[in-house]
Amino acid sequence: MPKPHGGKLVNRLVKKDVSDIKELPKIEINTNLAEDITNIAKGVFSPLEGFLCNNDLENIVKEKRLMDDTPWTIPILLDFNNEEIKEGETILLSNKENGVLALVDIDEIYTYDKKTLAQEIYRTKDTNHPGVANINNMKQNLLGGKITLLDCKTREFDEYNLSPKETRFLFKEKGWKEIVAFQTRNPPHIGHEYVQKTALTFVDGVFINPIIGKKKTGDFRDEVILASYETLMKHYYLKERAVMSILRTSMKYAGPREAIHHAIMRKNFGCTHFIVGRDHAGVGNYYGPYDAHDIFSEFPDLGIIPVFFRSFSRCTKCNSVVNDKICPHDQKYHINFSGKKIREILNNGEIPSEDMMRKEVAETILKFDKPFIE
Amino acid sequence: MTEEKDGKKYTTISIPTPLADKIKKRIEGTGFTSLSSYVTYVLREVISGMEEDSEEAFSKEDEEKVKDRLRALGYLD
Repeated sequence: MPKPHGGKLVNRLVKKDVSDIKELPKIEINTNLAEDITNIAKGVFSPLEGFLCNNDLENIVKEKRLMDDTPWTIPILLDFNNEEIKEGETILLSNKENGVLALVDIDEIYTYDKKTLAQEIYRTKDTNHPGVANINNMKQNLLGGKITLLDCKTREFDEYNLSPKETRFLFKEKGWKEIVAFQTRNPPHIGHEYVQKTALTFVDGVFINPIIGKKKTGDFRDEVILASYETLMKHYYLKERAVMSILRTSMKYAGPREAIHHAIMRKNFGCTHFIVGRDHAGVGNYYGPYDAHDIFSEFPDLGIIPVFFRSFSRCTKCNSVVNDKICPHDQKYHINFSGKKIREILNNGEIPSEDMMRKEVAETILKFDKPFIE
Repeated sequence: MTEEKDGKKYTTISIPTPLADKIKKRIEGTGFTSLSSYVTYVLREVISGMEEDSEEAFSKEDEEKVKDRLRALGYLD
């Protein structure tokens, strides 16, 4: 099992009575920031112990590394407007859902250039890019400093929400030495199953890690994704070879940089391998289809092995799922796994062909009155 | 000696000239643009294997709670 990123699994969770600290200055934060805090506190973002200070941010932007040379590609930032708070103070962070959530010891307050940040992280200043739009909506001040998570309220799907410490324990208990992580935001179709099982063939276990959280209209609901994976695992996976746990984090759509970030999080969960598909974490045409593969060559010290998959489809001539390295047949024999098409079929209350999706998985999805976000 | 180039900080390391010549030859036609970029790559790879690990174990009580959770998910017997 790999060591946590940076060598140490961060734990910034302290159960504390908030009554004696409720007079501290307070900043209201959104759900995405609340998730960042939980991920810092539970070690998902190890070695980060808090929000970035300016020197780390600048180094990430220029070098894709923290100041101590540890690979890190996505800035974890806390933006704010409150002009009364000062460096050296401890403040409270609260959130509508969670109430008082965390403390932050402010090491630095600084400003930043939105255009430079957008260009370097997303390779574009185009405000149609959701990540760039997000930067443009950020407040102008940033604060850096260590956080302390005060309490974790129980939330929906928490039974599936394992921390890196728990997954590392689980993998040890199962005797797994090599674990491949698969990230998803959708119920599984046959192509996903093919990718997972192909990778699993060479390691001890597969760690299925759906991203749960804010989605857009037309996306599958979180409970549908989880139920569909439970069904697939029950019917088509060896019980001793596959586990699933959710990850609460927002997608940044930063393409190659985000692929590295996703790999780092899975390393912290204890995985040795990470599946990277075509246009991983991409959106629109901002990145080349394999930019998220190429970037890994910049990080010999990442500590997790990327498993690259290019395109895969069903070949009617081979009569199996294939990828571009193994199938000699013309494109006309290839049926692509179109998530959009599968959604359309399911939306009409119909079961997709078994070439596309397992019948049991489709039936599980159709048991939900409203499988999609409206 | 530490110097700054394009806003980045660098330090100078001496290696034997024959070794440097060998590396220069070796990196011809690869993606490495300089001796320094190659040496940086190799050293990062080497040093990452030496990271110290200080993993904390669960207390006995917490371990039982975690095991119960994992059993409920069907992941442990």
